[in-house]
Amino acid sequence: MKLRTILILVGVAIAIALISLWMGQAAYTWFPPQASAESILVDNLFSFLVTLGTFIFLGVVGTLTYSILFQRAEKYDLSDGPHIEGNVKLEIIWTAIPFALVIWIAAYSYQIYGQMSILGPMEHAHHGHIMAAAHADEIMEDHLDHAIAAKSNDSNVEEVEQIQVLARQWSWEFHYGNGTDDVSSTELHLPNNRRIKLVLHSEDVLHGLYIPAFRVKQDVIPGRDIDFEFTPIREGKYRLRDSQYSGTYFAAMQTDVVVESPESYQKWLADATSATPVVAYNRASNEYAKRANANNWATVIPAAPPVVNYSGSN
Amino acid sequence: MTNIPIDAIADLPPHSEQPEDWRRFFGFSTDHKVIGIQYIVTSFIFFLIGGVLAMVIRGELITPESDLVDRAVYNSMFTMHGTIMLFLWTFPVLLGISNYLVPLMIGARDMAFPKLNAVAFWMVPVFGIILMASFFIPGGTSQSGWWAYPPVSLQNPTGNIVNGQFLWLVAVAISGVASIMGAINFVTTIFRMRTTGMTWFRMPVFVWTVLAAQIIQLFGLPALTAGAVMLLSDLTFGTSFFDPAKGGDPVLFQHFFWFYSHPAVYVIILPVFGIFSEIFPVYARKPLFGYKVVAVSSLIITGLSAVVWVHHMFASGTPSWMRMLFMATTMLISVPTGIKVFAWVATIWGGKIKLTTSMLFGLGALVMFVFSGITGIMLAAVPVDIHVNNTYFVVGHFHYVIYGAVVLGIYAGLYHWFPKMTGRMYSEGLGKLHFIFTFIGTNACFFPMHPLGLQGMPRRVASYDPEFAFWNVIASLGGFLLGVSTIPFILNMVSSWVQGEKAPKNPWRAIGLEWLVSSPPSHENFEELPIVISEPYGYGNDEPLVSNPDKLEVNHATS
Repeated sequence: MKLRTILILVGVAIAIALISLWMGQAAYTWFPPQASAESILVDNLFSFLVTLGTFIFLGVVGTLTYSILFQRAEKYDLSDGPHIEGNVKLEIIWTAIPFALVIWIAAYSYQIYGQMSILGPMEHAHHGHIMAAAHADEIMEDHLDHAIAAKSNDSNVEEVEQIQVLARQWSWEFHYGNGTDDVSSTELHLPNNRRIKLVLHSEDVLHGLYIPAFRVKQDVIPGRDIDFEFTPIREGKYRLRDSQYSGTYFAAMQTDVVVESPESYQKWLADATSATPVVAYNRASNEYAKRANANNWATVIPAAPPVVNYSGSN
Repeated sequence: MTNIPIDAIADLPPHSEQPEDWRRFFGFSTDHKVIGIQYIVTSFIFFLIGGVLAMVIRGELITPESDLVDRAVYNSMFTMHGTIMLFLWTFPVLLGISNYLVPLMIGARDMAFPKLNAVAFWMVPVFGIILMASFFIPGGTSQSGWWAYPPVSLQNPTGNIVNGQFLWLVAVAISGVASIMGAINFVTTIFRMRTTGMTWFRMPVFVWTVLAAQIIQLFGLPALTAGAVMLLSDLTFGTSFFDPAKGGDPVLFQHFFWFYSHPAVYVIILPVFGIFSEIFPVYARKPLFGYKVVAVSSLIITGLSAVVWVHHMFASGTPSWMRMLFMATTMLISVPTGIKVFAWVATIWGGKIKLTTSMLFGLGALVMFVFSGITGIMLAAVPVDIHVNNTYFVVGHFHYVIYGAVVLGIYAGLYHWFPKMTGRMYSEGLGKLHFIFTFIGTNACFFPMHPLGLQGMPRRVASYDPEFAFWNVIASLGGFLLGVSTIPFILNMVSSWVQGEKAPKNPWRAIGLEWLVSSPPSHENFEELPIVISEPYGYGNDEPLVSNPDKLEVNHATS
């Protein structure tokens, strides 16, 4: 290759690399707010993938665009292009580089997944808990350090806030405290900067617990109790949605998540304990009651709305 | 073992009995070319039906509230949309194109088992009608999605034995049997009926990809069909394979389902890779770059496709070790796929490009495939998938694959071989209009789904929070444009077939056995079987492809 061609190619590669880096940074703005320690990890990984992906996309599409613009046949040119059947060196390069890239991506994703330590089916809480603490040093983000410091200073497992989650067609119900005198709510309240452990139960079909601001999701499977962990790091109100299709009123199976300071959280718990249980508003039951029209297709009848100590702020 | 003459294995009745006019397309013809067109036209009708359902979905989603149709109807719409588009459009239309081309491309007079071929085709309208019938029974169609996960799929609110889910499962089981028949036929044909000189490494890549795809059908479909039969038994006879209330395991069904239904994506995309590999050399006037590697990577994809299915279940009841293992295999499959993409780009590079309608569709499909490949790698990364799994990000990703790459790729193929199949030329003007509508519509409809998914909008919802409204409006408008885009296509195909300019043997100056015979080819394709003497894609190299070009047909009229 001529020096001039090499210089042009290098220049183009640098330009594409800069655009890719910019896209990688822009990617952070495509998400809901980072409200959990896990969200920081996921967003970092996604930003890295966007950077790499943009570089590859622009490289391939840029090459194609150049060909389409400048390598067109003249109108009456019926001749063929050069008879090039391949190039072994080039083919080895474009096999080896993607191979190395995917190993890199897989290793990086593996590392991130270990740091998230969200548990899931068939895993014991203790194992995951310790893993999260062991990886904590590698993470530089301030609030993440703060969040994990809270629990690694004290290896006592009691630090983890355990909440029972009941999913049914079509409502969410959360139970706090152990034993008989528990507190129930249809809104998920969580203390900030504390490791949360949800124990997921389904009473009928598959559901999925999904809190976009936390970047975490786990299917809820009837007949299995699944442990699920994460750490909220930002006070505020977020949405919790059913992510695994659960039948007619699937889309209505949503509720709010309230992350508050540990003090407010304790106060909320105390207030809720003394509150008289009431029938919570349930969108599916409400819609079903209005759907009296006999012409409609039959549907599974929604379960009775939960009776809870706290039924949400609205 | 490169060939056996067809006369040695089949005592076919003399074919002059069969009608040669339009009526043959409505009968039990055993001619692979007639069957091919039967598949293509039948599946295109179902494509339009599935498209109408998609527009009902987009109509509902243009506003946040559930206000256009009842929620049960909405759930029926996306269930049937997915089912129709996969089982009654993409599979059969590609079977049609493969049916038409494979025997011609390998120098055979027909498929190995012509009657089995016809039987397999006629099962398509049969199960299509069964599926459509479910709209008219009490309780309506299945509403459990095309994945039909239990326990939702076992709930049966009507209590009737014959319900929408029952008909759905019967249809899927019949479709599975039909596809296995087709697969046996294709694999046998490609192994046993190649003409003299048509060695493995002289086969066009399209034939390689059809072989790779049909091998997947052979190992994958038994799992899905068995899963469907077991689910049917749970639903109808009260067994408990998958019902957790009776001790069954609902996650087991997910494994049965995805063990086939992920490789199924490769059954669909591989022949489209084949179409790319055929048309880019023709319209860039250069040989396919790295032909042998491209050919073999199809089979590598087949092998890897069997070990990636759990990536659909990363957020399901899947332990961490399984999530990590299948993340690695899923990422690996991008390597042979990447090899193909680079090979197509290198084929086009430095060529003498002609932007016919077919080439435009091919290039558009390639660009969107690259995009979907990149979002695919993102989805393979477990931590990212834990966030976007079951959101619109996934819907956007796979529609870029299945509409962006597959449907546009199919259009590219249909335009390219239209003169061969019908003997007429199509209108480039209408074709280009069709391309512009389709390309803009596809991006407008499916790109917005990516930001929606990243923001946390779940898929399969009939209503959503108002924060998602903006991108949904754009997606809906794009969806309606896609509906409009079929009008110039239908107009073009019908009017060109009826009164288009007569097509010569080889209007594109393409290299391949199918271009050495008349358009359309005569009943058994070749009078004397071709003797292949050189490799495919010999552009820029003046070597003849066969040693007997003048003896392939009875010379009644030069065309």
